[in-house]
Amino acid sequence: MDDEIRAVLAEHARLAVDVSTLGDDTDLYEVGLTSHASVNVMLALEDAFDVEFPDRMLRKSTFGSVAGIRAAIGELTQTAV
Amino acid sequence: MATMGEVERRATAVADGVLAATADEIDRDGSFPKAAVDGLREAGLMAALIPVELGGMGASMSDVARSITALGRQCASTAMIFAMHQIQVACLVRHGSTPELLEYLREISAKQLLLASATTEIGIGGDVRTSSCFVERVGDHYKLSKNAPVISYGDYADAILATARRDADAAPNDQVIVVCRRDGVTLQRTTEWDALGFRGTCSHGYMLDAEGPLADVVPVPYGDVSSRTMLPVSHMVWSSVWLGVAEAAVNKARKYVRSQARSKPGVVLPAATRLAELVSVHQQLQGLVLGALARWESAQADPEELEGFGFTIAMNTLKVAASEIVVDVVNRAMQVIGISAYRMDSQYCLGRHLRDAHGAALMVNNDRITQNNAQLLLVAKES
Repeated sequence: MDDEIRAVLAEHARLAVDVSTLGDDTDLYEVGLTSHASVNVMLALEDAFDVEFPDRMLRKSTFGSVAGIRAAIGELTQTAV
Repeated sequence: MATMGEVERRATAVADGVLAATADEIDRDGSFPKAAVDGLREAGLMAALIPVELGGMGASMSDVARSITALGRQCASTAMIFAMHQIQVACLVRHGSTPELLEYLREISAKQLLLASATTEIGIGGDVRTSSCFVERVGDHYKLSKNAPVISYGDYADAILATARRDADAAPNDQVIVVCRRDGVTLQRTTEWDALGFRGTCSHGYMLDAEGPLADVVPVPYGDVSSRTMLPVSHMVWSSVWLGVAEAAVNKARKYVRSQARSKPGVVLPAATRLAELVSVHQQLQGLVLGALARWESAQADPEELEGFGFTIAMNTLKVAASEIVVDVVNRAMQVIGISAYRMDSQYCLGRHLRDAHGAALMVNNDRITQNNAQLLLVAKES
């Protein structure tokens, strides 16, 4: 899952740093994730993992780190099974 | 109608007194409404949103919004200056929790200080959520240079709240707000404000150079201040200004129709029918503003709710819709009154209100806000 998340970030997050250097808990907003780019990241994640983020997950905190994204997708794919 | 609160009562006294007498002059000369702002200061209204324990009036956003509309009925420029000041105060009240900034809030109350804002910057493509300028940290002091295309009433403000990158190495969106106090500020005017409307806001462009203690940098990231306070409050108080402009036009139309009706009792005037249609559109605007304020009052203490996409979309929609309806209202009032609205020498002239109304969609461009909503709607599922 991590590789796919990082691939989405590499393509859509437009960060100021290389995605491979990101730690699990690196604050993505601190390395340049804008609110505009974060929507593109959400869309690409929904497509890549075939999920729909409910509105309660559409928060800055959900998409603030690789770990946060993994937790959100993990929750959605588990309930889908 | 609800009983008029103290904040609204005091604002209405300023509006019906000094503002009614000077609004045309402020518009004609593009002059800062000094007498009116002095009146607002004497009434203690610069601290309307500041809690009582910090020397303010402890008013709600709804109280302040009504007072802004009262000012807007007489002078859109004064109402907008007062509204912009309240946006800055709201940001400090809600996010300036350090001892130094709490002390500054006391000072705002005691001295009735006027706050301005510098968010836009030359070279950032109009996106206020990114900055090019940055906070230069020298020991326990900051230095800041910002090329600002607009600082409304900058020459008259006691402090300018400027956005900037957190430090020299920060990403463009890693922003903070710096409270640039007058004694540390140098302003060099770069452009003049000679616009169709809101002429008294004196929204000139400036090169801003500021320095002061690092304690004047607001600790909360600007992104959070923006989504939780600055954006929703801006859209509510601006819309309250436009509601005032709309009501000025509606009131002239009503007065005109009454005078016509008195000269021909028993005849149903075409203007009276048009007035009934006008009042319906005005009521839509009023409902829009009141609805947004009610939503704010229930959400304002809940950061999760404030950062939700549904809330942001609703507050963006308020701005876009209200700024379009105010033009519709004034246009319809023109139709009701006819040539007397068009003539500059008539008591029913709507020239100033028409020019002010058009500023609503343009001074902060609706296209950018609509694009933002269009993007949020790609992932948001509920409203």
